[in-house]
Amino acid sequence: MEAVLNALVLIGNYIVVPGLAYGSQLALGALGVTMIYAVLRFSNFGHGEIMSFGTMLVILATFALQDFGLSISPLPTALLALPVGIAGAIGLCLLLDRYVYKFYRQQRASPVIYLIVSIGTMFIIGGLIRFIIGPKDRNFADGERFIMKASAFKANTGLAEGLAIKTSQGVTVLTAFIVVGVVFWFLNYTRTGKSMRAFSDNEDLALLSGIDPDRVVRITWIITAVLATIAGTLYGLDKSYKPLVYMHLLLPIFAAAIVGGVGNPLGAIAGGFVIAFSELAITFAYKKVAAYLIGDGVLGDGLLQLLSTDYKFAVSFMILVIVLLVKPTGIFSGKTL
Amino acid sequence: MTALVGTAMTGGYGGADILKGCTISVESGEIAVIVGPNGAGKSTAMKAMFGMLDLRVGSVLLNGEDITSLPPQHRVQRGMGFVPQTQNVFTSMTVEENLEMGGFIRGDDFSDTIEEIYNLFPVLREKRAQPAGELSGGQRQQVAVGRALMTQPKVLMLDEPTAGVSPIVMDELFDRIIDVARTGIAILMVEQNAKQALAIADRGYVLVQGENRYTDSGAALLANPDVRRAFLGG
Repeated sequence: MEAVLNALVLIGNYIVVPGLAYGSQLALGALGVTMIYAVLRFSNFGHGEIMSFGTMLVILATFALQDFGLSISPLPTALLALPVGIAGAIGLCLLLDRYVYKFYRQQRASPVIYLIVSIGTMFIIGGLIRFIIGPKDRNFADGERFIMKASAFKANTGLAEGLAIKTSQGVTVLTAFIVVGVVFWFLNYTRTGKSMRAFSDNEDLALLSGIDPDRVVRITWIITAVLATIAGTLYGLDKSYKPLVYMHLLLPIFAAAIVGGVGNPLGAIAGGFVIAFSELAITFAYKKVAAYLIGDGVLGDGLLQLLSTDYKFAVSFMILVIVLLVKPTGIFSGKTL
Repeated sequence: MTALVGTAMTGGYGGADILKGCTISVESGEIAVIVGPNGAGKSTAMKAMFGMLDLRVGSVLLNGEDITSLPPQHRVQRGMGFVPQTQNVFTSMTVEENLEMGGFIRGDDFSDTIEEIYNLFPVLREKRAQPAGELSGGQRQQVAVGRALMTQPKVLMLDEPTAGVSPIVMDELFDRIIDVARTGIAILMVEQNAKQALAIADRGYVLVQGENRYTDSGAALLANPDVRRAFLGG
């Protein structure tokens, strides 16, 4: 019995808890991608860099706040600095839309052109970020590090394995829960949110009903910027901030959006967790779990790891390929908000 | 006063003229129907009156006001409603949300208008929380008409409202359209089902190649042997 509990705690500590946090971060990112796709009808490859840009501003503001000696310990100071990053990311998105995307909208450009344009914005924002904060790794998490320490868990339960919950993980899940709730409430119960869904559903009829397309586009960018900054900051608190890592985040985020059904907000959330849990479950070394359940060394000396963590992006790719082959519209058959 | 009149409308989508001086009008509380063979410019005539087509010659008057140069959105604000032939509902949104979106440009409280529409189309009240995309063809058309009625238009234009529905549903839809007209709204519609449509029409227009061929009351057109032979299949 105790062996089974130990195995479960191991899985909880290395897959469930980190998966919930990572999944929340991906879900928030994918929600932004899906909103842009549903309203503006293109895949925004610049999304990872928008996350990165917002996070960078949060980090700079966090450093400034730390210099002033302000803190909301035990919570990380970054939460206090979040509005700065959000405001900056909104500004960036609206500027990009005004001076880049609007031009292509008026040209009625095809989605492929949008896609290439968004790759262009990705490189430009990426360059800007490296100018401002540099390519190095930044750790900006402060405050209490753990909600529950592994040693405390062991002492309380008497088990050999410990379950740790980091503050950043708790904050991530809670924040994601609130943000997703607010976004769904906004889309389903407010006049503006409904007009966005109407526009996404049937653009011509929305115009006929007097819905202002410029306003819908603007609000979509604002929501996307808010989601991206929050997702980026939570990821940075949980791991650390590095521009290159954020650029690579684009892959699991896109995989999450597509797996869930791109354009469908519910799908983005589900997709985020599917990708996060598969990534962790496939790259986890099950040696110790097997030792508890069926005895040490029964399955040989190997780590019982399906894939090395270096290949974690391959997991996103694999799921993407499988979904595109089996159900190309994604789990929730997306297309509209 | 004539609610809506398009006089000597001439124009097309670039290229050659599709409409060649055709004139169509409708009075408040009346149903006017445009019929004619394929390619006669029936839908084009209606789109021209709604501003979806630039006229080279001719004018469109709404309650005596010249609206020839107004874009469709502004015509909606002036009191025109338009129900497109296809994709005329928000399929992923509920019936009630469709109606709410219909009233989007209204700044006031429109819950009483929604109530009126539910009274007009009782089945919509039943299905209010269901996505419009899950409804049958006939119910969907009712949602489409209801959406257009949300702005409380003086003129309602319907582009082939009975396309692709069964004969029973068609009769039901026509009954509903008569009910709408009785509330004092002018109704202009384009119809493939010419016989049935003319039977409920106060006024009928037979268009051929963008010109008025016959104009009379619906009953008179149905009784006219030339019209019957050439356009109504005997």
